Amino acid sequence: MFGWLKGGLLLGVVFFAAVLLAKPVGVSTEFAVASGWLWSWLDGSIAVADATAKSGFASSNAYFDESGGKLAKAIANPLNYGVLFVLAMAVGAFVSARLRGGVAAAEKAMPGLWRANFGNSTAKRYAWAFVGGFIVLYGARLAGGCTSGHMMSGMMQTALSGYLFAVSAFAVGIPVALMLYKKEK
Amino acid sequence: MEMILPVVLGVAFGFMLDRVGATNPNYIMGMLRLSNLHLAKVILLAIAVASTLLMAGLSLGLVDVGHMSVKATYIGVVIGGALLGLGFALAGYCPGTGWTALATGRKDALWFVLGGLLGAAAYASSHAWWKASGLLDGWLGGKVTLGAIDGSAFAAVWPAMSGTGVGLMVAGALMLLVGLLPDRVR
Repeated sequence: MFGWLKGGLLLGVVFFAAVLLAKPVGVSTEFAVASGWLWSWLDGSIAVADATAKSGFASSNAYFDESGGKLAKAIANPLNYGVLFVLAMAVGAFVSARLRGGVAAAEKAMPGLWRANFGNSTAKRYAWAFVGGFIVLYGARLAGGCTSGHMMSGMMQTALSGYLFAVSAFAVGIPVALMLYKKEK
Repeated sequence: MEMILPVVLGVAFGFMLDRVGATNPNYIMGMLRLSNLHLAKVILLAIAVASTLLMAGLSLGLVDVGHMSVKATYIGVVIGGALLGLGFALAGYCPGTGWTALATGRKDALWFVLGGLLGAAAYASSHAWWKASGLLDGWLGGKVTLGAIDGSAFAAVWPAMSGTGVGLMVAGALMLLVGLLPDRVR
């Protein structure tokens, strides 16, 4: 693992490189695209070609239909910039984890800090991880971005929305974590 | 070519998230419970470095200002941020780190990602309600940066101030803060 100095410098270079070469980093939009893509298997009206829409696509869902059907277009053509970026992130993390010897078996089921406070039940951990994921992505889509897009990419551009998002997320995250994780070991 | 760029950038980003420990929920929980500020330092320093390079690059004309993308400010940003903070503490993952943690073999991250897909779909289903509530309407100027950035499409909180100058000052302040932060506060 990298120390905070080396890690922060290199991570900062990656965020800058993304803006220099293309656009700011973002992740949570692709969760919306992926969920819409799965949804479109059940409901064909989630993304349909529509010559009158700005993007060329429309959706029966008001969210996917926003901004001239921007998300509907991404759902209909999922091999786009944002989706490829997020898929590639998994490759990068996989390679890094391999190179440092992987994650220990006990840690793979749940983080040690969770185990110290809530015991060994994997069912309990998985259930709360699922609930956490639901809340995180619901919140990120409501806010219009997540830790990457709003906080990091936003604050590097001095976007007012980025600061507000970060303050709000940590103002809730810190007291909740202090209440949840009383034991360190 | 347009297919290669997101792949190269994505691999680099995913690699770095794992290298700094962000794919490990112990570090995220430790940051939020204030017992391990490693990730707080990494995040603040990364923002400061990226911002310094961006603002200097914009001033020197080396970065296309059209590549900037500033998100709108509205009350929903504050509510959504608070929800993200709640789930962040509960799971120890955010969207990018949950997804990359899954790639490192963490099984709880799979449940986080599945919950996230359902959460995103639930938001899509309820978007019309939020829209009608007015909580998504522009607030405090909407898409704004702190100072005015020449040539950008975005308005400024303080139009008389140079956007790149303010950006460099904020980045400097963040670097100072990183230097002053202890390893842990409890």
